Amino acid sequence: MNLSGAEIIVESLANEGVDYLFGYPGGAVLHIYDALDQQQKVEHVLVRHEQGAVHAADGYARSTGKPGVVLVTSGPGATNAVTGIATAHLDSIPMVVLTGQVHSNLIGNDAFQEVDSVGITRPCVKHNFLVKNVEDLAETLKKAFYIATTGRPGPVVVDIPKDVTDPNVKIPFEYPEHIDMRSYNPTRKGHPGQIRRAVEMMLSARRPMIYTGGGVVLGRAAESLTELTRKLGYPITNTLMGLGGYPADDHQFLGMLGMHGTYEANMGMHHADVLIAIGARFDDRVTGNLEKFCPNARIVHVDVDPSSISKNVKVDVPIVGEVDDVLRDMLRVLDETGGEPDRESLDAWWKQIEEWRSADCLSYKGSDEVIKPQFVLEKAYEITRGEAFVTSDVGQHQMWAAQYYRFNKPYRWINSGGLGTMGFGLPAAMGAQLGNPGADVMCVTGEGSIQMNIQELSTCLQYGLPVKIVCLNNRYLGMVRQWQEFFYQGRYAMSYMEALPDFVKLAESYGHVGMRIEKPGEVEGALKEAFAMKDRLVFLDFVTDETENVYPMIPAGAGQNEMILV
Amino acid sequence: MRHIISVLMENEAGALSRVAGLFSARGYNIESLTVAPTNDETLSRMTLVTRGDDQIIEQIQKQLNKLIDVVKVTDLSEARHIEREIALVKVETRGGDREEVKRMADIFRGRIIDVTDSTYTIELTGNGEKIDAFLEAMGSMPVTEVVRSGALGIGRGARSLQA
Ligand SMILES: Cc1cc2nc3c(=O)[nH]c(=O)nc-3n(C[C@H](O)[C@H](O)[C@H](O)COP(=O)(O)OP(=O)(O)OC[C@H]3O[C@@H](n4cnc5c(N)ncnc54)[C@H](O)[C@@H]3O)c2cc1C
Ligand SMILES: Cc1ncc(C[n+]2csc(CCOP(=O)(O)OP(=O)(O)O)c2C)c(N)n1
Ligand SMILES: [Mg+2]
Repeated sequence: MNLSGAEIIVESLANEGVDYLFGYPGGAVLHIYDALDQQQKVEHVLVRHEQGAVHAADGYARSTGKPGVVLVTSGPGATNAVTGIATAHLDSIPMVVLTGQVHSNLIGNDAFQEVDSVGITRPCVKHNFLVKNVEDLAETLKKAFYIATTGRPGPVVVDIPKDVTDPNVKIPFEYPEHIDMRSYNPTRKGHPGQIRRAVEMMLSARRPMIYTGGGVVLGRAAESLTELTRKLGYPITNTLMGLGGYPADDHQFLGMLGMHGTYEANMGMHHADVLIAIGARFDDRVTGNLEKFCPNARIVHVDVDPSSISKNVKVDVPIVGEVDDVLRDMLRVLDETGGEPDRESLDAWWKQIEEWRSADCLSYKGSDEVIKPQFVLEKAYEITRGEAFVTSDVGQHQMWAAQYYRFNKPYRWINSGGLGTMGFGLPAAMGAQLGNPGADVMCVTGEGSIQMNIQELSTCLQYGLPVKIVCLNNRYLGMVRQWQEFFYQGRYAMSYMEALPDFVKLAESYGHVGMRIEKPGEVEGALKEAFAMKDRLVFLDFVTDETENVYPMIPAGAGQNEMILV
Repeated sequence: MRHIISVLMENEAGALSRVAGLFSARGYNIESLTVAPTNDETLSRMTLVTRGDDQIIEQIQKQLNKLIDVVKVTDLSEARHIEREIALVKVETRGGDREEVKRMADIFRGRIIDVTDSTYTIELTGNGEKIDAFLEAMGSMPVTEVVRSGALGIGRGARSLQA
């Protein structure tokens, strides 16, 4: 079969099982658009801003486990995509981004819409390529998908000069079945000796803590993690990225840890004697002050990326491998050796944990007058029976969503943790909805964040995406306001959101349903009404308490046992 | 501690900038860096001299290994190895100390590779310390140009870095 470069791209995507391609056209990619137009296998989703395309692909990836795929033009198309690429990179999301490039003869000449896309994206991708010959195209795409989806996942950019997609140059096409790279061989299996040592250490614990992160979700290991945790009977906490990796409604679950984590999770970490870290990277939002972090613990760390291990915190038993493989091996060793945890110490430990838990750190003062943001999320959880795919923007609302919507399954919680990108929520919800047709998809946002990619309301109409936007409108860049209240003596520099639009009219003018909810008594009814509209996007503008803060909180530089409770 | 790290990588456009970018983005220090193709022309060999405590050197090696183009990484300083650097040093000789310059080059087993009425250019090979010592010894002479290659390194004996 002889194909042009443009056709090779489309065929390669089809071979990779890509159903949606999120993108925006421009001069350098017109040959590719022409080829897309002549086939039915890959559906192109036209966004309204390239950042939206990347976040949408990201939301698709996080909610399905399949790589997200993006197509943008050269120059401004590529630079607009960078925030999305960096967002995916920090959270290790599998993604392939195709960027158009100027004609290869013109590269380096400051040509029209030329930027060095490979250079600009290099620090925020897992890898990138510039394809110089059409003969290299299929193999490069194969490599891109392979690299993006294996080992520690991440975004891969493939920069393609216009002449490489020339419709008049046809070459024989065959998509490679598999790829072998001498320089890239991610480890799957953990070292058996290390796994045995880890199990011994785990069983010797008197005050154990299991601390798991995004790696469990990315590595599809929720099942094996749940089995191991139940078998051991140990307390478990998840990072912001790890939520859903273990059922939140389960008794052994202590909630999220870290800066806005629960009292019991952070106290448990601080007093643990053995810490079992799985697919988590000891982020500074989790550890707080490193000098004070887990002062008495011996640490087991399972991660597929060796550079995550002993990066911030030195560990005692490092295990490099895929979480699911390692957890299953641990279960096998436990079975074979018949080893049992020290039940007596464990009972005492649980007693202590229950004492911390009884502080009920997530309780908040309800109100009949003004809507409390926490209340909205509790109700949303009830009404969607905890089954919704929840995307979030960045700010206080993100933390409340993490705290009050209890995630019992992986892939349901979709947020930008590493980069903290405002504007992520709405486009990510589009991707999640396309990847999960028929499911409830809710975007939790703030009046600040939603305005960063509000134009995607138009995309939602075009593709009939019935996302429910839950806007916790506190008239403030609330997370900024909170820090100014705590650390800048209430000098609220530039955190008040003046001149807000009427979101109801705005939603309506985009062809959607808008609701404004001002009283606590209306919250439940509005949510029920909105979620009953199965085929409409509903923008729920909740006017919430503008003074509410996110608690608990560990101030920057403090230890995990030094929380502000209320 | 000073470490000499050898990296074997795919001989691809941009591979060097990935390494340079990694070092600047993560704030690692680079004392010198040299790179050229090997006997297998699909591979480049890079020698990096850096400083850091054990934890930093461990991270540097892990981060280098993480680069998709990198095939192998080794810290030569961990075992017996040979280090060589070449320096080209141009000295002004109008003042009449040609004899002294020649003598100094001989002592350090340097070779004079270019001669004009007013200059000598000396080629010197050795480890970094030797070259430092030579430049120090030349202290009083009018040295006008110093070009150093940066260190190259190879393990002693059978130990070798291969794809
Ligand atoms: C406003 C705001 C507040 C925040 N507050 C908190 C907070 O209170 N608490 C909190 O936890 N976070 C918080 N974060 C998020 C924080 O910034 C980090 O993004 C997060 O803590 C990192 O989570 P993680 O350790 O699970 O790592 P991830 O970024 O999810 O990384 C996953 C790790 O797993 C590894 N991995 C991936 N796949 C596999 C596999 N298949 N097998 C094995 N290993 C694998 C990776 O190599 C990596 O080391 C906040 C963010 C924002 C924006
Ligand atoms: C693109 C971007 N710019 C700035 C910030 C810094 N920032 C973090 S939270 C926040 C406020 C978000 O306000 P809003 O969306 O209204 O959410 P709230 O905190 O009020 O719930 C800001 C400005 C960011 N995270 N992302
Ligand atoms: Mg707000």
